[in-house]
Amino acid sequence: MTASDSYQHTADDFKNNQEVRWCPGCGNHAILNAVRKALAQLDIPREKFVFVSGIGCSSRFPYYMNTYGFHGIHGRAAAIASGICIANPGLSVWQITGDGDALAIGGNHFIHVIRRNIDMNILLFNNQIYGMTKGQYSPTSGKGLVTRTSPFGTIEEPFSVGELVMGGRGSFFARATDYNISLSTEIYVEAARHRGCSVVEVLQNCVIFNDGIHDLMTGREVRDERTIILRHGEAMIFGREKDRGLMLDGFKLKVVKIGENGISAGDILVHDAKEPDPAIHYLLAGMRYPDHPLALGVIRSVDGKTYEDELEEQITDIRRDAEIKSVDDLLNSEPVWEAGH
Amino acid sequence: MAKSVKVVSKEKAVILFSGDSGDGIQLAGTLFADTAAHYGNDLITFPDFPAEIRAPQGTVGGVSGFQIHFGKTGIDSPGDYADVLVAMNPAAIKANADRVKPTATIIYDSDNFTARNIEKASYTGDPFAGEKLGNCNVVAAPVSSMVKEALKESGMDSRTALRTKNMFVLGMVFRLFDRKLDFTENFFDTKFADRPEIAEANKTVLRAGYNYAGTVEALSPVISIPPASLPPGRYRNINGNTATAWGFLAAAEKAGLEIFAGSYPITPATGILEEFAARRDLGVKTFQAEDEIAGICAALGAAFAGSLAVTSTSGPGLALKSEAIGLAVMAELPVVIVNVQRGGPSTGLPTKTEQADLMQALYGRNGESPVVVLAAGSPSGCFHFAYEAARIALEHMTPVILLTDGYLANGSEPWRIPEMKDLPPIRPPFAGKGEMPFMPYGRNSSTLARYWAIPGTGGFEHHVGGLEKTPAGIVSYLPENHELMVRQRADKIAAVREKVADLKVCGRDSGDLLIVGWGGSGGYIVSAVKELQSEGFSVSYANFNYINPLPGNTREVFGRFRKIAVAELNLGQFASWLRSQCSGFRYEQINKVQGLPFRAGEIREKCIEILKSV
Repeated sequence: MTASDSYQHTADDFKNNQEVRWCPGCGNHAILNAVRKALAQLDIPREKFVFVSGIGCSSRFPYYMNTYGFHGIHGRAAAIASGICIANPGLSVWQITGDGDALAIGGNHFIHVIRRNIDMNILLFNNQIYGMTKGQYSPTSGKGLVTRTSPFGTIEEPFSVGELVMGGRGSFFARATDYNISLSTEIYVEAARHRGCSVVEVLQNCVIFNDGIHDLMTGREVRDERTIILRHGEAMIFGREKDRGLMLDGFKLKVVKIGENGISAGDILVHDAKEPDPAIHYLLAGMRYPDHPLALGVIRSVDGKTYEDELEEQITDIRRDAEIKSVDDLLNSEPVWEAGH
Repeated sequence: MAKSVKVVSKEKAVILFSGDSGDGIQLAGTLFADTAAHYGNDLITFPDFPAEIRAPQGTVGGVSGFQIHFGKTGIDSPGDYADVLVAMNPAAIKANADRVKPTATIIYDSDNFTARNIEKASYTGDPFAGEKLGNCNVVAAPVSSMVKEALKESGMDSRTALRTKNMFVLGMVFRLFDRKLDFTENFFDTKFADRPEIAEANKTVLRAGYNYAGTVEALSPVISIPPASLPPGRYRNINGNTATAWGFLAAAEKAGLEIFAGSYPITPATGILEEFAARRDLGVKTFQAEDEIAGICAALGAAFAGSLAVTSTSGPGLALKSEAIGLAVMAELPVVIVNVQRGGPSTGLPTKTEQADLMQALYGRNGESPVVVLAAGSPSGCFHFAYEAARIALEHMTPVILLTDGYLANGSEPWRIPEMKDLPPIRPPFAGKGEMPFMPYGRNSSTLARYWAIPGTGGFEHHVGGLEKTPAGIVSYLPENHELMVRQRADKIAAVREKVADLKVCGRDSGDLLIVGWGGSGGYIVSAVKELQSEGFSVSYANFNYINPLPGNTREVFGRFRKIAVAELNLGQFASWLRSQCSGFRYEQINKVQGLPFRAGEIREKCIEILKSV
């Protein structure tokens, strides 16, 4: 290993000699490829990347990146990454997590890192199952899913990642799929360029314990009709024939057919990811088949101050006029007195 | 003060202010202590208050106390019994009747000794008759009515006016001890610079109390306590929590590092986080986390990123941090965990002191998970041991648990201010060119510490984490590698002994009995031992601040005494630790678990018992 003297990386620069130990066919392999490609597109020296994770299959990810990495404990990666970001705001920090790690044991940290808008990128691999412990239901498992710990079907309602992010007043939310490497790469680059807490939900397939769980919407045969790719400034149009779109109907979104009932392409909503009011983003993040297409792409990306910006500004402001400039100054600040003379 | 006033001189005295938790007792006590310290007395304070912010009024459970032991010499503890008790209500008499000397002066607010308040304190008749306080010098002062009278021209409503009652009794006590009011008056002028009417009201009432005391025959003669002959230097009064925070600030400056404090508020440790948060002027980065776990995990992240990382908590919080401390052991990152011990288990006695988290600190993790454990011995000593904890963490790349306790955290004493240039250097083992190619778990040959490579440094990209790894940083489940790494981590902690100061004996180097204490129980033991020595007993004393590893001369010191007794505020945790680490001796035990510090008298009696037993 030598110090990277150029920021011009290729995806291969982020490979190391560690043996990748995910199951053959696991969606994580494709995600790893897309992340390496995304990093190569960023103008950041390799030593400034830090990958942080908790526990679970996804959390082995840092070991497979030729960057700094911290494999933490279950659920706590967001907190570890927060400390890294605050201590050293010049780094590009990525949290790799899963639906159990981020939303069950780590749920508290997840909502608070979003609320604080700490400048990190959270890739949440959502396969709606606990893989590493061999197939128990997770906080995103659909109600009724039969697993080892729900042999008669779960009786719990699942979390929706996007709705949690909006609830935490998150500044960035995107949804990607494991298989679509070019779209994922584009999304990861946007997540990295967003200053603030970027959450990307990656629909990931667990080939062993929950194979095909996303196929209803993202299966090869149906994905064009049942998903929509959102891009800022573009009309919300989808379908193999690009003949359907989204419009507002009162406070709800509805799917319309272009050319029917006098609806033209100009009537279709144009995606504004930069809109601070999260109302439409909330609706978009919550869309599901059969009523709506599932939204992919960057749903929300709103500029604002990060926690690190606020902290650095406060420290700079206070230091400017501070009387105490060193520990000696502090120790000798009033009230003090001389004795023993 | 008029020349005709009679003055007697005394070496030292104990004052106990007490009243409802909303009566401003802590402020009155603090102002007296600061005044005494400023005057040059040696002193130690002991604030003792309920967990409730405003406990049910007038009840014994709601009594807040502030004890000050001040004088010319021999101030090792807050004192066993009070010379002066200030009682704002009958409950304060009930709570403290057994904490006063038989001839103590008791000043009480007679306006507050109504039938209803007397009943609330569970008395059926005259509180003083019921408590065998017959030989005390009891001063009934109509405090509430005199405060209203003093402020009647201020236009304040009586409820607001009565909030200055604490200043009336403080004025009385200042008069009794022949003290000037200027320190307190300056305090109010500064604190209420924006609200001069509040400052004025407090000062008016303070002076009213002072003048009133001059008219009370029972408060004559006034008592003069000369300043202490402290070593020359500049002093300030400091409590344990502030000293702890400042010790870390000093360590960060010395090491040339930023400081990161990740904590969650918890009594009685919150003062440390508050002190850090106030120090943006020194660039302190505080992170008030969403929970105890996030506090330490963020600190670990900051340690990975190159900061001096601290997390502060109390017993239940230490329990929550256990898994992350294990991660710090495995990742070999420098982090200091401060545990301000309080009464446990569980929520226990949040505002009371105890030393019962020792086993938790030493053993409370899964796997073979050794950490360095230090314990501060006095409020100002917290500065030194915070500095030491940081120095050891940084130079040995290990988590260090620093134990203080509620008594140290809130108690204060005068402290001779050190100079930064006199503090020892701190040299973290940063990874350098010599460590290329970089081995994340390669070790320094003498300390066995791994090298610290900070993200952002090209060529040192590596991974740390909770899974077992080879010295090259590769995940490994090989049996031989695991045993190698477990032993290296244990040897690394053992190697810290090189930095551990020798155990010092207070008193003769050998004799009949060595009293052993650790951490914050020291002061009371010193008082007891001095008394025993003056009575001719062959008793010495040693206080441990380095718990793991123990000082290298421990066995040799113990061998010079016929008997050893371990005094601690738990059921024998340090005695157990000594039995396992320094076997071959018989350890007698002196234990107390009441949420209160020892009294010197309790230790003295128990020592005589041990000396007399065969």
